[in-house]
Amino acid sequence: MIVEVRNVSKTYDNGRGEETHALRDVNLTFPKGQLSTLLGPSGCGKTTLLKIIAGLIPRNAGEVLVKGKPVDGPGPERAFVFQDFALLPWATVLRNVAFGLELRGMPRPEREQVARKYIAEVGLKGFEQRYPAQLSGGMRQRVGLARALAVDADIILMDEPFSSVDEQTRRKFQEDLLDLLRHHQKTVIFVTHSIEEAAYLSDQIALLSPRPGRVSKIVRPNVDHSRSPDEIRRDQGYLDTVDEIWGMLRQYV
Amino acid sequence: MKMVFSLIVWAVLWEIAGRLKLSTIVPPFSAVIEAMFEIAPTEKFGKAAIITLRSFGLGMLFALLIGIPLGIVMARVRGVGRLLGMWVNIFVSAPISALVPILMAVVGIGETTVVVTVFLFAVFVITLDTQVGITHADRSLVEMGRSFGATRSQLYSKILVWSALPEILAGVRLGAIRGVKGVVIGQLLVAIIGVGELFEVYSNNFLMEEFWALVVIVFLFAFAISEAIAALERRVEYYAASR
Repeated sequence: MIVEVRNVSKTYDNGRGEETHALRDVNLTFPKGQLSTLLGPSGCGKTTLLKIIAGLIPRNAGEVLVKGKPVDGPGPERAFVFQDFALLPWATVLRNVAFGLELRGMPRPEREQVARKYIAEVGLKGFEQRYPAQLSGGMRQRVGLARALAVDADIILMDEPFSSVDEQTRRKFQEDLLDLLRHHQKTVIFVTHSIEEAAYLSDQIALLSPRPGRVSKIVRPNVDHSRSPDEIRRDQGYLDTVDEIWGMLRQYV
Repeated sequence: MKMVFSLIVWAVLWEIAGRLKLSTIVPPFSAVIEAMFEIAPTEKFGKAAIITLRSFGLGMLFALLIGIPLGIVMARVRGVGRLLGMWVNIFVSAPISALVPILMAVVGIGETTVVVTVFLFAVFVITLDTQVGITHADRSLVEMGRSFGATRSQLYSKILVWSALPEILAGVRLGAIRGVKGVVIGQLLVAIIGVGELFEVYSNNFLMEEFWALVVIVFLFAFAISEAIAALERRVEYYAASR
């Protein structure tokens, strides 16, 4: 288990002196080298949980262990991919991808060499000198992914990375993502509200229920990820997983 | 093109008004232009221009060095923002000219007073715009910086200041325009030096061609500064639009 979440609770003050439980006593483990999804309806605290694991927002109780050690803030073994891409609009693709390394003080020629490699891997070779505003949503998120890969973190945290990307682009992107992650042996924690996306990508799906946010069930889809994308989408195990999850989630919708 | 046309129309109207001798204080535009070329090469004008530029430059420099950091602190430290916000808002719209005679009593009569006047005219709008820019800086970019391990100073130097640059530049442009006003008012009201002194000499001796020539020169200077900063603004605009 590379990441462990133990009894994590998070409350927000709702402004009227009352506390809203965003998360209550969440326990979850994430196996090394696998893709785990946090899935649930809006308001279930899935993004909150991901940002607590990332160390971006503080928790009220419990602890997060990364490689067995408790963490309280961001760390170099975790890299984040943002829903709204969070690219520097004044910097080129090259500088954006190298930005994590720039912050670590790696000399420019070295970090640009690393960045070029990952830009090519996410399929953006030739776009190094473009600015984010010149790219489509899907391409911008590829830049966000390349930036996360470039810092060579073992764990990639992704917050609804495809929600701002159109449907056709999303499918291609999902397929590329699976290839890349398998190739680099990353552990991925992925937030989504799309059942199909979760069933297609995941080794493990944590279903979260809202108010207060807690884990209602863990599903391990019986899907062979080594098969072709089209085969997976017609696979009985995949379809059963989608049905099973929908059966559980419909009560919250 | 439109601007050139509009300028020509105004010049022609001015020329006609001057030729008609409607008022003794409005000489024809051509005479003003002539006077401009007459006074520009004189030693007196050269000295006045140097003193004026120096006061303006120093005042603006202090306004930038204090205004921008102050705006950043006001945006990032809530207490400071609350404590100073009201004052900055009052002073940004206050008639600073009214304070200049008081300044004279405190700082004395001389170039320093003019520098302080320029500073006071320019600094508040720069502070205010910087504060707005930093306050509205993209939160997710700051979060991104933190997640990739940015130190506090890196957050400022590599993300926040850049993110607020369009607003900061707008503040600097408005500040510079006010600064031109400040330098002339300061020189007229307090220390009779530089361009202010020339204004005094020309109007007291009823040298209207020279007087208007100086007005045109000051206008052109303010316009040139403002356009130079606006050109910078346009360079960062493409990303400002995509934030």
